[in-house]
Amino acid sequence: MPESSERGSLTEAVYYILLSLYQPMHGYGIMQTVGEWSRGRVILGAGTLYGALNTLLEKNWIQTVAVAGDSRKKEYVITEIGKQQIEDELLRLDERLTNGRRVTGGDKG
Amino acid sequence: MKKIIHKAYWNPDKEQQWINELAAKGLSLSDYSWCRYVFEETEPGKYIYQIELLEKGAGSPESELYLHFLEDAKVEVVATYMRWAFLRKKASDGPFAIYSDCDSKIRYLNRVKSFWIFFVIFELLIGLSNIGIGFFNLYYLRLEDFHSFPWMNLIGGALCAGIGIVFFFTLLRPVYLQIRKIRKENTLYD
Repeated sequence: MPESSERGSLTEAVYYILLSLYQPMHGYGIMQTVGEWSRGRVILGAGTLYGALNTLLEKNWIQTVAVAGDSRKKEYVITEIGKQQIEDELLRLDERLTNGRRVTGGDKG
Repeated sequence: MKKIIHKAYWNPDKEQQWINELAAKGLSLSDYSWCRYVFEETEPGKYIYQIELLEKGAGSPESELYLHFLEDAKVEVVATYMRWAFLRKKASDGPFAIYSDCDSKIRYLNRVKSFWIFFVIFELLIGLSNIGIGFFNLYYLRLEDFHSFPWMNLIGGALCAGIGIVFFFTLLRPVYLQIRKIRKENTLYD
């Protein structure tokens, strides 16, 4: 199935997980980063994060990196395909924001 | 100080509620094996507990990977029993939800639903087939004069079918309603 920008928006969880993985990070690091960025609004459940990471790995949007010294602990990092998804999402978000501000009059200044 | 309580629960929601009530009073679950709960005295409200149905048995490689991931995410695996995992998190680390968005919540509830469907169908099948055999023997073969097997079929069958019906209403139906509620409430959101 081709992944194109024609498909719907990313969920908030997927968007933030991908974004946090521009830096290689382990599971708990992702939860903390996303929590900080959203000022505590998006608190990822460990089960939700685990399922999302596995789906993203299957789609090759992210990949694992070996952690020196600990063979059991995994770090994840975004791939080029994943970065493309973020780029597409930014365009969609930009469109939503521009239209929203234009209609509500928040873009006068 | 350790405290051991023997108790049988077949509804994991009630079980989780009971464990959390004790944790709030300062008795924190530290181990579980069949119908045997081991508690430790801690400060009241130190931990929040969750019981999760795993995708596969707790000893499977898939589940081990998942449980290890949970431990890394500061979720403590207190005990596992077949496909069930008893998890806890320090209350000071904030609220404890394993699933935080609708998609993953529904996926989890569907897993629980399939688990109970199996039991309900199993009990009903055994129950109804025994009732059928019982009636057949009683009315067509007129075995009531010879021995009491038909009656044992009927009573055992009614018991199994009854368990199936109770399971349906107390375990399966609430999960089904929960899924429907989440779907309905979140049609406007991601």
